[in-house]
Amino acid sequence: MTQWIEACAKDDVAQEDVKRFDHAGHTYAIYRSPDDKFYATDGLCTHEKIHLADGLVMDHIIECPKHNGRFDYTTGAAKGAPVCVNLKTYPTKVEGIKVFINIA
Amino acid sequence: MSDVIYPRDYSLLGRDAKRAGEIGLSNAQWYAAPIPRARIKELMKRSDGPAIRDSIIWFASFIITAGLAVYFYPGWGCIPFFIAYGVLYGSSTDSRWHECGHGTAFKTRWMNDVIYHIACFMIMRPPTIWRWSHTRHHTDTIIVGRDPEIAIMRPTVILRTISLFFAIPQTIGAIKNLLIHVSGHLTVEELTYVPEMERARVYLVARIWMALHLAVIALAFYLHSWLPVLLVGPLPTMYGAWVHIITGLTQHGGLAEDVLDHRLNSRTVLMNPILRFIYWNMNYHVEHHMFPMVPYHQLPKLYEEMKPYTAPANTSVINAYREIIPALLKQAKDPSYAIPRKLPEGVSLMTETIAAE
Repeated sequence: MTQWIEACAKDDVAQEDVKRFDHAGHTYAIYRSPDDKFYATDGLCTHEKIHLADGLVMDHIIECPKHNGRFDYTTGAAKGAPVCVNLKTYPTKVEGIKVFINIA
Repeated sequence: MSDVIYPRDYSLLGRDAKRAGEIGLSNAQWYAAPIPRARIKELMKRSDGPAIRDSIIWFASFIITAGLAVYFYPGWGCIPFFIAYGVLYGSSTDSRWHECGHGTAFKTRWMNDVIYHIACFMIMRPPTIWRWSHTRHHTDTIIVGRDPEIAIMRPTVILRTISLFFAIPQTIGAIKNLLIHVSGHLTVEELTYVPEMERARVYLVARIWMALHLAVIALAFYLHSWLPVLLVGPLPTMYGAWVHIITGLTQHGGLAEDVLDHRLNSRTVLMNPILRFIYWNMNYHVEHHMFPMVPYHQLPKLYEEMKPYTAPANTSVINAYREIIPALLKQAKDPSYAIPRKLPEGVSLMTETIAAE
């Protein structure tokens, strides 16, 4: 089952950056990688529920703004202390100027 | 607050730890200055250059001061070089531990990790334990019962505070904990913030460290010389601690407990370039706590950005201690006292400060 929802416009997210997207009481983070691909994960750090959209994107890594915990946002993999639990990821697609994520 | 019971219970399993959780002081939302995202992104950018440059100077300083100390040993001429070496060993490692623990000093992860582990050994802070304790310090900064890194508890015990400058309680605690970790255990407090999956690493590092310390002691016996233990191990950690205590106590000393605003519980102090090299710009402490992802070499710029939103910085270390020492003396008798911080006109607190009520 798929449930594609519009998350943002392409230009809302700069390359190598992240944007917060809230939908139906849930927070997501939408990433635009340096090679201009879009990715999506849960929006809160698995360590202490901090918004990752305030963090720093470096290549394919998102670093949490509070404790510098790092995830690979393309896979959701936690890259070491203080983050120990992986992030949930969501498929994305771009249609025209819009970015969609599949939250099913 | 009216429900605060003195003396406070600073243990992580005690009365005030429970209270912090109950009244929302733990894992709370903190004030952040409204710096535009684009500017913060610029400031957060990582690079290897500044920390590589500083680390080359740092390692060279170790070699030169140790070399001259050994050359002049046992004559009186060795003393200034041991003092300088001690400051590198027992004080500059505090800031290297700190910055590399955040992973912000270098862009390259392994460089942060290498310096982190060297600094941890020198300052006798188990790397895994202190990574987690510092994580808690950033979540619950100076929240009583939650923050494991509150340096001066109230009421102030003057003798204990003085003993910090010689790293006496720190080193005794470090050796005691090293023995606990070597035996494959954590303290009950460490169990509250070190996850299960990280614990095996604590025991492994403790055993490696114990082997290194024993090797240094064995070398001293073999050479019939104090030099090995004067250069590596608890002694240089102790005789070199004083600078990092002078700088470190300015971070939060005398300021408010149990407030959710770093402008009220942290202090920025302007320091000279030598101290800032030793301290890796941690004198910009309000800025660091509010935006911990900004590398040390960008903190002076962040300080300029945050000026409109913060209380004026202390203008020097002496200026800072002019308010810290009287406050600590007052807190020895009145643990509810805290140095008030006046924020700029028109800038208010985002969240109500709880302890000030």
